[in-house]
Amino acid sequence: MFRGGRESSFSRGGEYSLGRKLWQIHWLFVLLVCVTASIGIAMLYSAANGNFDPWASRQTIRLGIGLLVMVVVAVIDIRLWFKYAYVFYFFGLALLAAVEISGFIGMGAQRWINIGFANVQPSEVMKIALVLSLARYFHGRTVEEVVNPFYLVPPLAMVFVPVAMVLRQPDLGTALILVMASGAIFFLSGVRLWKFAVVIVGGLAAIPVAWQFLFDYQKKRVLFFLNPENDPLGAGYHIIQSKIALGSGGLFGKGFLQGTQAHLNFLPEKQTDFIFTMLAEEFGLVGGLVLIGLYLLLLIYGYAIALRSRSQFGRLLGMGITTIFFLYIFINIAMVMGLIPVVGAPLPLISYGGTAMVTLLFGFGLLMGVYVHRDVTIGRRGGGEEM
Amino acid sequence: MTMHRDQDRQKLFNRRMAMLAGGKGLLLSALVGRMYFLQVIEADKYRTLADENRINLKLLPPPRGYIVDRRGIPIAVNRQNYRALVVREEAGDVEETLDRLGTVVHVGDSEKKRVLREVRRKRGFVPVTVRENLNWEEVARIEVNSPDLPGISIDEGQSRYYPYPHSTAHILGYVAAVSEKELTGDPLLELPGFRIGKAGVEKVYDLALRGTGGNSQVEVNAFGRVIRELSRTEGQPGVELGLTIDMELQQRITRRLGEDSASVVVMDVHTGDVLAMVSTPSFDPNNFNKGLSVDEWRALTSNPKAPLSNKSVAGQYAPGSTFKPVVALAALEKGVITPQTTVYCSGKTHLGDATFHCWKRYGHGKMDLQNAIAQSCDVYFYEIAKRTGIDAIASMAERLGIGHRLGIDIPGERSGLAPTREWKQATLGVPWQMGETLIAGIGQGYVLSTPLQLAVMTSRLVNGGYAVTPHLTRQLVTADEVKPRGKPQFERIGVSANHLEIVRKAMDAVVNGPRGTARGAAIHEAGLEMGGKSGTAQVRRITKAEREQGVRKNEDLPWLERDHALFIAFAPVDKPRYAVAVVVEHGGGGSSVAAPIAKDVLEAVQKMDVRAKPTLEADASPADWTRGSES
Repeated sequence: MFRGGRESSFSRGGEYSLGRKLWQIHWLFVLLVCVTASIGIAMLYSAANGNFDPWASRQTIRLGIGLLVMVVVAVIDIRLWFKYAYVFYFFGLALLAAVEISGFIGMGAQRWINIGFANVQPSEVMKIALVLSLARYFHGRTVEEVVNPFYLVPPLAMVFVPVAMVLRQPDLGTALILVMASGAIFFLSGVRLWKFAVVIVGGLAAIPVAWQFLFDYQKKRVLFFLNPENDPLGAGYHIIQSKIALGSGGLFGKGFLQGTQAHLNFLPEKQTDFIFTMLAEEFGLVGGLVLIGLYLLLLIYGYAIALRSRSQFGRLLGMGITTIFFLYIFINIAMVMGLIPVVGAPLPLISYGGTAMVTLLFGFGLLMGVYVHRDVTIGRRGGGEEM
Repeated sequence: MTMHRDQDRQKLFNRRMAMLAGGKGLLLSALVGRMYFLQVIEADKYRTLADENRINLKLLPPPRGYIVDRRGIPIAVNRQNYRALVVREEAGDVEETLDRLGTVVHVGDSEKKRVLREVRRKRGFVPVTVRENLNWEEVARIEVNSPDLPGISIDEGQSRYYPYPHSTAHILGYVAAVSEKELTGDPLLELPGFRIGKAGVEKVYDLALRGTGGNSQVEVNAFGRVIRELSRTEGQPGVELGLTIDMELQQRITRRLGEDSASVVVMDVHTGDVLAMVSTPSFDPNNFNKGLSVDEWRALTSNPKAPLSNKSVAGQYAPGSTFKPVVALAALEKGVITPQTTVYCSGKTHLGDATFHCWKRYGHGKMDLQNAIAQSCDVYFYEIAKRTGIDAIASMAERLGIGHRLGIDIPGERSGLAPTREWKQATLGVPWQMGETLIAGIGQGYVLSTPLQLAVMTSRLVNGGYAVTPHLTRQLVTADEVKPRGKPQFERIGVSANHLEIVRKAMDAVVNGPRGTARGAAIHEAGLEMGGKSGTAQVRRITKAEREQGVRKNEDLPWLERDHALFIAFAPVDKPRYAVAVVVEHGGGGSSVAAPIAKDVLEAVQKMDVRAKPTLEADASPADWTRGSES
């Protein structure tokens, strides 16, 4: 199923023309991305009661921009990303700090900064930056070094600083994704399993302490997740209405544009976080499974691309991006089905939102870059070390 | 070296990646499992919940049935009612919105408080009534200013309206908002602004007049706004209720009584149809629908003439001399007298140490039954009451309709009293005194009757001895059907026709005889002549000292101590069809005050052409009635 059999047209050690790189892009993957995003656009059309405005039209433009970004990122030499990984990371930290400061000045919690033509969410940038820099760090560590706890201090710090800043915003969902994606990279790099066990046990023990630092609305969300029927018109409302919408969709759904829960506004935020609910209401279990199937295909391609890479950097980067993608899918769908608390994570490629779309396609660009440069090997410190 | 290390690392990576993929696969399976659970296993439950979410059942209040008079003239109708409503969700700050509305139309402080209280209790999208019965100008002013009045809307409903409020108030009663304890589970009652009958015919026939509510299934959005109608079941409008009341007569009597505290009941002696039932002073039931102010309520309840009370059924009066035909009939039936029996009246009679006076100070002389009734001799009736005994008198009174509720179809009827020995022992704990029998013989003492009972008594005396009972509606209304009454069948009261004829003739003499007490009120038109009996019920006790100095005249007494003036009458005198009872509280003499009213009424009712469309005037305000009664 994977085009692994075809020999890369990169001749070893050589530099390749733009045309050849473009040819190397995994266009089937791009097609899958487009199909999935089209489902999203259709749902946004439905969310606006059968109108392209205000969401579907803009989402289409963003998809176009995102695809362009993806291709551009894909053809940039992977060694360049390796080289500037830390720079990128500190750039992300600086953006986070900028948000913190402007939020402080603007007297309110802000998650984005304006860069003239668009708003950028630094926490989104940070997801990519963190994966890049962790991939670069572990690329340079030998198996022996990874086992040594001393070598784990720098990457842990690399994770801790942005997570702390994101938590301050406060953005629990993004913080969790950062931690879990980083955890996956640590795991794939060979960090011993018992260390994860220690961290998990420690984390569970820390829950009561962390509870103190949660904001009231976050506490409420967790509490009402545990028993949503307690407050059917308050914080538990979203989950209850979402479950009703999903369940009433049944096997085949109520039909396109026919979702009563969504169209009569019982379903909150149907164009963003709860768009999966709307899909499952209008297209039923079958529609939900089709989307999950598409996601599964994309995930499998992500895995295959990571496996096929000849550099640890490429492998870790590919898996990091794929994991973030997976986490979004899982958190969003589990959330709307009442399996986990409402944390506010968009459904990738489907939910309305420019930053998320562009960031994700930027990430897919990197994944594509790993594929395009699958036979490029990178030295421990980034030199064009040949095999 | 590097390559070897990298191969180790890749093997580790691959192993770990397989584990990670397995983990992710499990998580995705969990999602699919959850979806299957929600969308297949529990789908029905959530489908129901989704429908409950979106489908609201809206009740459609049925139009309340009209009430029409004998000739079909509407006397209780529904009028368009424009209401101003406020919706909290749209208004934002309700108090501020109400203040702004107050600059456009009048909004009272008490209304404002009520609205703010209701708004707090109800959900944000439920409209709350601010003002009712807005006129066109007010509606227009609100509409023009609507951009400044967020959340204020005009709603068109129906409200009960009585075109002849003062002349019909006691019969029709009124409608008002449903109180907490009146909720029966009928969802109609829980509709905001729904009104039910609280008194009179409106109350007794409330269920029939109310009709049954229809409903409309509507799809609503999360904010409760109606998106579209899914289905609609029309309700059943309330039935049109036809009364036996003749509005022309009713209004004429109301005007005739003017500001007196009085009551008149006119009925058909054979059928029991009540043609008029007037109690004055009256009130405007339209105000009850709107809700009364504290001042208005106080004015109604503190008025000594009791405008809220329906004196026709709830006023209990000593019948006075109008009771004499009952006593006469009881005596005849018991056989203690014959029409020829005479009693000598010297102006007083004695029983033990007590002296009983006739109204005529120096006496009537020798009296037989006809003269005693015609001239209302008290001494004659003291004597025959003594011979008859109280229990036989009471039994006759009961047979003629006094002393128990007659079951007329409006609430508030009182029973009156036909006292017996047993009754006195049971309620007062002391034995009956013979003197009390004498007093009862002239309709004083414990005997009590309502104007309605007097009218029924008169009917039964002259209709050939049938136990006619009164009613106000032309239809029989039962739980499941409404049908015309048809020809009523009444039982006989078991009194000899001969005796009834003797009494009727005596009552003829009261009006048409040369010495009759009411000869001044006689109808002289051939065929329309009436018979009757006057009564003047003493309200106060006349002391011995006063009697020696000369009994004070009514005009010299304070209003509340004056005698009640009563008159019962029937016509035509030879072939009676109509009976009338008149009671004027503290009005003075029965023959001078009440008899002329009875005359006017009987003249009017006999001349009335029931097929003609009557000319009715708008009900006058109480101030206008004075002029009406003087003319």
